[in-house]
Amino acid sequence: MTFWLVLTANSITFGGLLFLLSAGFSLIFGLMRIPNLTHGSLFMLGAYIGATFVIGMFGVKLNFWLAAVLATLTVAFLGALAERFLLRRLPGDQLAQVLVTLGLSFMAADFCLIVWGGDPLSVATPPELAGFARLGVLVFPNYRLAIIVIAAIVAIALWLLLERTRLGAMIRAGVDDPDMARVVGIRVSQLFTIVFALGAGLAAFAGIIGGPILSVYPGLDQDMLPLALVVVILGGTGSLLGSFVGSIIVGFIYNFGQALLPELAYFVLFLPMLLVLLLRPQGLFGRHVP
Amino acid sequence: MSDKVTRRKFIAGTAAGAAAAAFNFPMPAIAQAAPFKLGLLTVKTGPLAQGGIQMEQGIVTYLKEKNYTFGGRKVEFISADTGGNPAGTKTKAQELIERDKVDTIVGPLAAFELLAITDYIAQQKTPCMSLAAAEDMTQRRPNPYFLRASATSSQAMHPMADFAAKELKLKRMITASEDFAFGYEQMGGFQQTFEDAGGRILNKLWPPIVTPDYTPYLAQIQDCDGVCQGFAGSNPLRFLKQYAAAGLKYPVVAGETGGDDALLRSFGDEAIGLYSCCPYTLDLETDTNKRFVAAMNKDYGVDPGFYCAGLYVNGMVIDAGLQKTGGKSDDKAELMKALRSVALTDTPRGQIKFDNYGNVIGDFYVRHLEKANGKLINKTVKTYKNVSQFWTYDEKKFLEQPVYSRNYPPLKS
Amino acid sequence: MSGRYFALGIAVVALATLPYWMTGVYYINVASQILFYAVFALGLNVLVGYAGLVSLGHAGLFGVTAYAIGYMLQLGYGHPIAILVALIVSVFAMAVYAALSLRSTGIGFIMITLALGEILWGLAYRWISLTGGDNGLSLQTRPEPFGYSLSDANAFYYATLVVFFLSLAAITIFVRSPLGAALKGTRDQPRRMNALGYHVWAIRFIACLFSGLLTAVSAILFVYYTQFISPQTLALTSSAEVLLMVISGGAGTLLGPIVGAGLVVVVKTVVSGFIERWNFLLGAIFVAIVILMPEGLVPGSVRLWRLAWRKRERATKVVSGGAEAKP
Repeated sequence: MTFWLVLTANSITFGGLLFLLSAGFSLIFGLMRIPNLTHGSLFMLGAYIGATFVIGMFGVKLNFWLAAVLATLTVAFLGALAERFLLRRLPGDQLAQVLVTLGLSFMAADFCLIVWGGDPLSVATPPELAGFARLGVLVFPNYRLAIIVIAAIVAIALWLLLERTRLGAMIRAGVDDPDMARVVGIRVSQLFTIVFALGAGLAAFAGIIGGPILSVYPGLDQDMLPLALVVVILGGTGSLLGSFVGSIIVGFIYNFGQALLPELAYFVLFLPMLLVLLLRPQGLFGRHVP
Repeated sequence: MSDKVTRRKFIAGTAAGAAAAAFNFPMPAIAQAAPFKLGLLTVKTGPLAQGGIQMEQGIVTYLKEKNYTFGGRKVEFISADTGGNPAGTKTKAQELIERDKVDTIVGPLAAFELLAITDYIAQQKTPCMSLAAAEDMTQRRPNPYFLRASATSSQAMHPMADFAAKELKLKRMITASEDFAFGYEQMGGFQQTFEDAGGRILNKLWPPIVTPDYTPYLAQIQDCDGVCQGFAGSNPLRFLKQYAAAGLKYPVVAGETGGDDALLRSFGDEAIGLYSCCPYTLDLETDTNKRFVAAMNKDYGVDPGFYCAGLYVNGMVIDAGLQKTGGKSDDKAELMKALRSVALTDTPRGQIKFDNYGNVIGDFYVRHLEKANGKLINKTVKTYKNVSQFWTYDEKKFLEQPVYSRNYPPLKS
Repeated sequence: MSGRYFALGIAVVALATLPYWMTGVYYINVASQILFYAVFALGLNVLVGYAGLVSLGHAGLFGVTAYAIGYMLQLGYGHPIAILVALIVSVFAMAVYAALSLRSTGIGFIMITLALGEILWGLAYRWISLTGGDNGLSLQTRPEPFGYSLSDANAFYYATLVVFFLSLAAITIFVRSPLGAALKGTRDQPRRMNALGYHVWAIRFIACLFSGLLTAVSAILFVYYTQFISPQTLALTSSAEVLLMVISGGAGTLLGPIVGAGLVVVVKTVVSGFIERWNFLLGAIFVAIVILMPEGLVPGSVRLWRLAWRKRERATKVVSGGAEAKP
């Protein structure tokens, strides 16, 4: 009984983390039609930068949350630069986008090795969230509960941003029909930079939030990118609800798949993605086929 | 690079020739003109880079200590990055052997890299000393040009299991290790010795190498006396962190990669209490080890672990082998014979010698992870002397049983 | 035009005599690698360049062939049977792969192929009884076609070179055939092609099979070259690598994938011996290519060369014929 409860609770936690990672991926994919293969690298960069300040590697030691904010802003800025100076030049050219995002991810992976070496970094759980919560028979770490709360807050904030602000209206218009959005006078190019920075920042935030669970190590980027892809394909691109539901589904598949069918762990992860692509190519909540 | 080599060779050759001519002095056999070429296959990019970088640090530390001279002969060191994949390893092995004409290879790091080149090094007759623990390389399918001065996968696990059963008095344990050969062989060895000592393995968990979250496996750890983990790379860090986060308190034991000294700088307090068995321990009180640790601290600012020490010891073995051949390395079969007959009494890991299959017989240390003066340390609590890859088992019987695998030994129901 | 044939002739002669002027077994082996990766990239280019379908799962197919060879040899069959079975299995696998992924185009196609590639990788990695898992499969020997052993580096190079030329010829014929023209039509104007009565899906399907066949051929060379196959060969990074060869050299050209294969193999094998951070360098080269020559190295260089040539031509014209220059 406890076994199932733990798995269920953890599925939601992992789903929450995946949502933080993939919401930005989905927006970038949906709005800009860019298969952003650097997303795993952004996650890893965020985790490394955040961990640097939490640990105090280069002499500056910060509170966990402050470090998280700093990592998010730094990576968002880097994302904006990448969009402005590289991706901007390649509208609609998927081949070049694949080439440049893969190239950047190679560079980011090696850059992390140069700066932080190969040793894994351990990020301590913020002290205020150490310890366990008792929910009936279930004993669950506070920090994992906090991730669920954080993911929910971010989800609500993003929803408000998309549905209640002018910026959100422009993004939605852009996702639905980029040409029409341009015609009605939305400055799509500026919008792209903002969305890319937002997506990059979210990925970095996910990286540092995931730090106390996953720790930070070379190869983290390659571990996370396929998961983000699966979420976005399942949920549908450009859809916030899609990312949310997709993340939770993948969280459950991941946890129960590994526990019950460890031999088929990868198979059960990618099979639903394939099925969705074949049967409902726009994803569960996507509005149009990618 | 090849340019530089030929030029250097040229200068060395002419200098030696000039000296001989000037003094009409018979050149001793040792002073061969060409340097001894030592190639390192390691991983410096990608997820496995951590261990690979440490390997290079270990061998370079020894080379520096000996001023790049083994057995009276100058050593030229060539390092190659395999990228951590078998195809790259094959290419880089060819580069070292066919282009650079190395005399001996140290490395590679991972078992799958070693398996990709094992036939090739035998064909090319190039001695190879790797840390990769693939058991059958020195058991059921021995390679005459392969020598292992570190340990087979299960070599540290046999004493660890003995310690867990007899000293920790654990009776019912669960194992968790990566789902590949290194994991199977470690856990198989643990299970066999543990069950021979009266214990029982309740369940064996096999998470894939890439497992961001171990919780689905941790949820299956219950109602036991202890856990044996065989993770490698950065995985022990994540496993122990999530183990503590899941509120599990059973004692944990591990092998050389699960509690490596080099991981101490990454571990948090959750690792305190871990028992690990390793062919190297940082706190071994010998002059050689102190000198080694001091050099590592000075040059790299870190404490060495199993990978560094392994390569340092490899360097010592090659040095001793070259002393036996009088610095000669042209006859690779002779060189290999010399290397295999090396027995050292004082290395950073203690005394070593080799068995008939080219695997090390040496001391293994069971350590307890503690916190002292605000720093995590592995404190040696028991030393198993002269442990062979066959432990206390009869060699013939051991080789007749299948290699340890996912299902061997089977779980007792 | 004659200049082009002249250059081609020089290239053929240079490649055919390579073991005589290239010093060292190692570099001949590097050349063999470039050649079979070039065949792989040419095969992928059929889809990426001529059909406009970007496949990110080709390493999975590559692995199916390689494992088929390894498995057949392990069962005790000879090389000819192993190769034959591997080719049949590969074309069949490609048919399934195509049937699934051709339901979509554009980014959808990328994603389906990526998922298929990951599934194949997952199978290779986890289906241990068949593939040996992480430990991989070793091949003891190389084949001896017509009693001509390939265990020597030069012999293997020539075998690879022959296969390379045959593949290049096949793809040249394919591209210039009516089918190739129709394929390019489905890339540029799928709707119009449909309206004109072409069966777009069937044309793409055949292109997939052809691509799969070339992939299988290169995989056979690869597996005999390394004499080892393990799941890493099927990983997403391998798929990405061969795609990068195609795009960086110039998708939709015959020469581009060959140049791209040369670039990637040389950086990975030769340059990595000198520059420790070669992964960073490789990434930087890709980014630079996108900025400077977004169409790829080969078309980009041709464009720059023509530009420079035209400028010079114009300059000489102005100097020599200034008097009779038309307004």
